[in-house]
Amino acid sequence: MSAPADPRRSRVAADREVCVGAGQCVLTAPEVFDQDEDDGRVVLLDDRPEGERAESARRAVWLCPSHALSVVP
Amino acid sequence: MTSSTDRAPAMPFPPPRTCPLHQPPEYDRLRTEEPVARAAMPHGGEAWLITRYEDVRAVLADPRFSSDRRKPGFPRIHPAVIAAQDHGVPARPNMIGLDGAEHAANRRPVLSEFTVKRVRAMRPRIQAIVDEHIDAMLAAGSPADLVTSLSLPVPSLVICELLGVPYADHEFFQSCTAELLSFSTTGGGRADAMNRMLAYMDRLCAAKEADPGDDLLGRVITKQRTAGDGTDDHEHLVGLAVILLVAGHETTANVISLGTAALLNDPALAAPLRSGTGSTPALVEELVRYFSITGAVTSRAATEDTTIGGTPIRAGEGVVALVPAANHDPDAFDSPDRIDPERGSRHHLGFGYGVHQCLGQNLARLELEIVFDTLFRRIPTLRLDAPLDTLPFKDDAAIYGLNELPVAW
Ligand code: HEM
Ligand code: SF4
Repeated sequence: MSAPADPRRSRVAADREVCVGAGQCVLTAPEVFDQDEDDGRVVLLDDRPEGERAESARRAVWLCPSHALSVVP
Repeated sequence: MTSSTDRAPAMPFPPPRTCPLHQPPEYDRLRTEEPVARAAMPHGGEAWLITRYEDVRAVLADPRFSSDRRKPGFPRIHPAVIAAQDHGVPARPNMIGLDGAEHAANRRPVLSEFTVKRVRAMRPRIQAIVDEHIDAMLAAGSPADLVTSLSLPVPSLVICELLGVPYADHEFFQSCTAELLSFSTTGGGRADAMNRMLAYMDRLCAAKEADPGDDLLGRVITKQRTAGDGTDDHEHLVGLAVILLVAGHETTANVISLGTAALLNDPALAAPLRSGTGSTPALVEELVRYFSITGAVTSRAATEDTTIGGTPIRAGEGVVALVPAANHDPDAFDSPDRIDPERGSRHHLGFGYGVHQCLGQNLARLELEIVFDTLFRRIPTLRLDAPLDTLPFKDDAAIYGLNELPVAW
């Protein structure tokens, strides 16, 4: 059973196969995204950011040059 | 390439600048009147000029537009493209001119070297390099040429140390790079500069393959061997070394020079730096947007029929995704022709967009932040030593900048 979507929470997804490691996400939302030490590609620190974190995560999605990030809903 | 006779004659590219600190005014006209326009390329053929922010972003994010300089229709602007199309030069592949899986295979091995965290760890060393060069400038006394005393040596030293290239050879590779990026270099001269650079890197990479040390090239060699996926060949290593060395010093150097010229030309802009107030990272972002030094570097060739901004583009046609025009689009930046660090300009396309977005952007950001902070803190009385409009701007090169910047204090 899935809980009804909480409008203040968003689920963030990152596709490591698409990521080109430019680090825009880390610059924009450092609490939500990091880069893997070994391969430089994105790792998710928080896939359900809230409040301000969710705002900066959304901005990171828009700035990501490879369209590796998404927010649902 | 289509050049149908029912169309108006294509405008010649590039259009002239009227002020050395501004983009060519023709870009503003195009953006409003003809955002996807035909233009005649300086070395033959035509291509589409894309001038709106949204359209430039769309082209650069779209894999149907190829970065392969050898592809039919790739805009013939820079001698490098002519060399690639007509003479198959360079023979060594590197990421900036590759597409798809081949591009990823060449970019991925070095991603970990340029993460935000790895670059931040370089701060103390970069600060030391900047301080040493300002010490030397002060010791030699006023006046000075900022390009040779600071703009060029700082990023050159940083990229040399990172790669494991002896800095003692800087005169050699700086002059090769200048020749490679100049529009005046002829086909033969360019091939010659490229061959000298490749021969140099050939020897250096061979030595590193024999004895990989703890520098970027050594680490890539070790990593690829461990991975055993067949990407550890010599040709690719040489291509990687060349692109990192070339892209890694000349770009940042030009933003240091142009940025300093703009700051010295406008006391209000430099005041926060001199007083240590204000955000230097925001200033850096805004200067990268404002100058958009890479001009027409972000060119592409369409590999399928598509539509950009309502205009159909055919497979085999060239496209110039004009970052300087996009970064001055009033729909994306209010009063775009003002340098305004407060505006929040992180969405600029100065480092490109899509899978080729600048690999070294976080290194460039840090170098620029440290240079501007330190220069204006340590020499608050710095001033231009010649009228701005008499300075030797690089009107004749793929990357805009200054050949010399006379300063005094
Ligand atoms: C302010 C300084 C810089 C600017 C404005 C700049 C700008 C750019 C731009 C616009 C591109 C995209 C080209 C395209 O899409 O065709 C690019 C790619 C690249 N840049 Fe930079 N760059 C700078 C500094 C650096 C530094 C310091 C390095 C190296 C350490 C570097 C290495 C690269 C590489 C390797 C690429 C190719 C990436 C790829 O094809 O995947 N750049 N740069
Ligand atoms: S911004 Fe996009 S491409 Fe860059 S590291 Fe983050 S996910 Fe990867």
